[in-house]
Parts: sequence; C-alpha cells; structure tokens
Amino acid sequence: MHPTVARLTLKGLLGRRRTILLVALPVLLIVISVAVRALSGQDDSTSADILSGFALGTMVPIIGVMAGTGAIGPEIDDGSIVYLLAKPITRPTIVLTKLVVAICVTVAFAAVPTFIAGLALSGTSQRIAIAFGIAATASSVAYAAIFLLLGVVTRHAVVVGLVYALVWEGLLGSLISGAKTLSVQQWSLSLAEKIAANGVVDSDVGLPTALVLMVVVTVGTTWFAGQKLRSLTLAGEE
Amino acid sequence: MTTISIDHVSRWFGNVVAVNDVTMDIGPGVTGLLGPNGAGKSTLINMMGGFLAPSTGTVTLDGATIWRNEQVYRSIGLVPEREGMYDFLTGKEFVLANAELHGLPDPGAAARRALATVEMEYAQDRKISTYSKGMRQRVKMASALVHEPSVLLLDEPFNGMDPRQRLQLMDLLRRMGADGRTVLFSSHILEEVEQLAHHIEVVVAGRHAASGDFREIRRLMTDRPHRYLVRSSDDRQLAAALIADASTAGIELDWTERALRIQAIDFRRFTELLPRVAKEAGIRLYEVSPSDESLESVFSYLVAA
Repeated sequence: MHPTVARLTLKGLLGRRRTILLVALPVLLIVISVAVRALSGQDDSTSADILSGFALGTMVPIIGVMAGTGAIGPEIDDGSIVYLLAKPITRPTIVLTKLVVAICVTVAFAAVPTFIAGLALSGTSQRIAIAFGIAATASSVAYAAIFLLLGVVTRHAVVVGLVYALVWEGLLGSLISGAKTLSVQQWSLSLAEKIAANGVVDSDVGLPTALVLMVVVTVGTTWFAGQKLRSLTLAGEE
Repeated sequence: MTTISIDHVSRWFGNVVAVNDVTMDIGPGVTGLLGPNGAGKSTLINMMGGFLAPSTGTVTLDGATIWRNEQVYRSIGLVPEREGMYDFLTGKEFVLANAELHGLPDPGAAARRALATVEMEYAQDRKISTYSKGMRQRVKMASALVHEPSVLLLDEPFNGMDPRQRLQLMDLLRRMGADGRTVLFSSHILEEVEQLAHHIEVVVAGRHAASGDFREIRRLMTDRPHRYLVRSSDDRQLAAALIADASTAGIELDWTERALRIQAIDFRRFTELLPRVAKEAGIRLYEVSPSDESLESVFSYLVAA
C-alpha cells in the first residue's frame, strides 16, 4: 500500500462525471426497493429476486467495471501513469494499492447500497439484507480485481468489462449451466445462500468451490496485473 | 557522476526496426539527441527511461540494467513528451505527490524547492488543467527534479514552448549540466540542440549517424555538397564562369528544366561567388533555389558520410 498512490487513484476515480454514474445506480436500486416495499408490502422472495437480479447481477458488476478499470485505465491511456511508474516503488505495490481503492469504491457504491436496499425491502427478515450485503462485498472484491487487470491489459477496458459483466455474468451465466460455475455472481449467491435462511436464495455453485474460485481469481488477476505493469511499454508516443 | 550506456541496442516493433544496433554512452553534461521525426529518438529515450525493453542489447545506468528495475528511478528524472499529468491536481499538489512517491524525507520542502527552480510558484495553486503548454512543461520539469536526480531525460522538451520559455528552460538545463548531472534531451531542430548541448548524438532512421561536439556536427552538415537549381538569362555563360571556381564540383545544363543544376562543395564561398560572377558577366539571375535543404536530406547525408 502506498498512501500517495491511493490518494491519486481515489481523486481520479471520484471525478465529477464518474461520481454521478457511480451514484446513479445505487440510488435507483434503493428507490426501487422503497417503492416495491411501499406498493406491495414485504415479500422476501421478491426481495431476493431484486437483490440477486438487479443488485448482484447488474449493479455490482457495472460499478465494479467503473471502479476497477477507472482505477488505472485512464492513467495508462493518457500516459500520466509514467509519474507513478518512474518511481522507486514496486509495480505490484502500485497494483495492490489501486486494487484496495477500487474495492473500497465498489463496496461503498455497490455493496453498502445493496445492504441498505435489503433492509428497505425486508428489514432483518430471514437475514436477507446481511446475506446480500456480504455477497455483494465479496463480489466487489473479485470484480475490482478482474476489471483492474482489464484496465491494465486493454485500452478498451470499459467496453470489454461491460460486455463481460452483462453478457457473461448476466446472460450466459443464467442460461448455460457450465458458465454458472465460472460466474462471480453465482459465487457470491452461494455465499448469500449460506447466510440467509433456508430456501430464500438459490445458487448453482457449492460454497467451497465458490470461495476457492473467488480467492484464486482475485489473487491470480492481481498478480498478473502486477506482472503486466512491470513490463508496461509506453506506446502511442510519436 | 552517472553514465547511461546503450550497448548494441536494437528495437523492433513487428517488422519495423525503430532502433538499429545503436551503441552510445551518455555521460555528465548536456547531450542532445538529434534526429528527424520518426528517427527513433523516443524509442531510445523510452528504453533509457525503463519504459521499453530493448529487443537485443543492453541499456544500463552505471552498470545496472534499467528495464524492470524500479530502483533506477532514484537517480533518473523523466520529462515525458506526452501531456497526461493528473490535471485535477494543482501544480503544487502534483509536485508534492511526486516527492512523496520518491519517498523523500521532507517532500514538502523538496516540492517547494523544485517549484522555485522552474519559477512556477506564482501558479502553483492553480489546477494543472488551466495551465498553458509551457507551464505544464515547467511543472513536469519540477516533478522530474524533485528528488535531485543525477540523470535527467527529456523527450522533445521545447515542443510548443514560446521563445522566452525556451530560453528559461535552456538556461536551467545548462545549469543542471554544469552541476555535473547527466542531461539528455531529444530534438529534431539543429539550432536548438546546438545552442544547448556540448555533445550531440545524431540518429537517423534508427541508426546512430554521428556523435560528437556540435561544431563537428555543424561542419559535417554545412560542408556537405549543396545542390542548387539556378535559372538565369544566360545559363551556359554562367556555368562556364562558375565551374572555373574551386567552390563548385559539378554543373549540369538541364534542358528540360531550362536551368542549371549546380553542386557546390564550399557552401560559404559559393554563396558569395554566384552573385558576383553573375554581376560581372552581366547575367541576370531569375531563380536560385537550394534543392536539398530539407532536414531529412541533411541527415541522410550524415548517415552516408
């Protein structure tokens, strides 16, 4: 961890335009949750549907894309990363610091709102709020790591990230059973399944498999991003 | 005293060879890396700055490999050509951040010193996004100087600067060189390099074309045969008068162009000779144009030499 790298990353991430985007989705989630609760009363299975479909399935990955790629992609694009890299700081330290910042931002703008939405929908009933809050936190970590790596390896990280988040996680993950095993959303759902009362949440992946895969993916992508950054070549200079 | 050694370095991108078997040592003092656009100057500087691996050969800083070695940045200050630089910070915040990233014991004092060196204190509390190109360049300089490096690498530092800023920066780089630091800057403008550098390395088309004192390079550049296209009221008589002088090496009567193609070997003498001869013989000169004065042709002459 390097405090200056963290400060620069956070300042860059929370620029005005990106902050509006980061705030929009969680606000929408909470508004929907409050509205559903007010209009049709408390129904735990509806709550679980909203939280797994909209919160875990859409919002967390999108916020993860913005925070993960945004923590490093723009600096590589405009070349300002030079000022971080031309310093006696190891590149893995830079990646790890940026990862921690991306995780914090994703947790703050995706996992915390998920928990709040859970409370708004179901209160403390059947531990739904806390289950989805923890699931969203776990997936925030994995998404931040995956999308940070994307930000290092491709200039089109946001597009690739969104396609991955929406097509793989959203569409294929719910249609093809094989893809479910390799879906961050399913891993976090298995965590929610374990925490919430029996039968409220349904996941297709066993908890041990999910946890192992989650750790492997997070550690692996972060390590790889560190290696890629060590041999970062500054292209695009005339 | 720090030396960067480039030893039999080549770098290619796919099928394109950007740097071709270059060997040079950059020692203390100001060195200019001169060459036309696309000659491989940035590629060389990127390799010296640790942002590009050589395809073959080695680039070392006092014997230590630069590629994938973060420790070299304790003694290297880098001024990149690109403009991206955390525009959301103020100049002061930016330089301070650089000082902190270097792990300096008193980053605040180091940042103040660096900003004073480049005379940017007056605008240090403004956001970088509001800066002019010259101001950005100076803040980049401050960020590169903040840890008082023994090596300073600058990629086209004078691009987009106005004449006054140019003089200020030249003055600063001269002082850095006089302090015994190793200062290397790239440029495609001979005059710029000659005003500042005590030593010049010329690269053309990826190859190391010449190396030495600026006077030697200047002589190489002005002593080459100059070609002129001349139209006059009596080409044949003018040709006869000119070829008698030792400053010309060849004259061709070009019938299709209806002009003389003259190759001069003593540039200065020829430029005095031509109008004098024409006047004495009562010949009117309609056109005198150098036919190979482009920078590229000057450089390619150097490569061939």
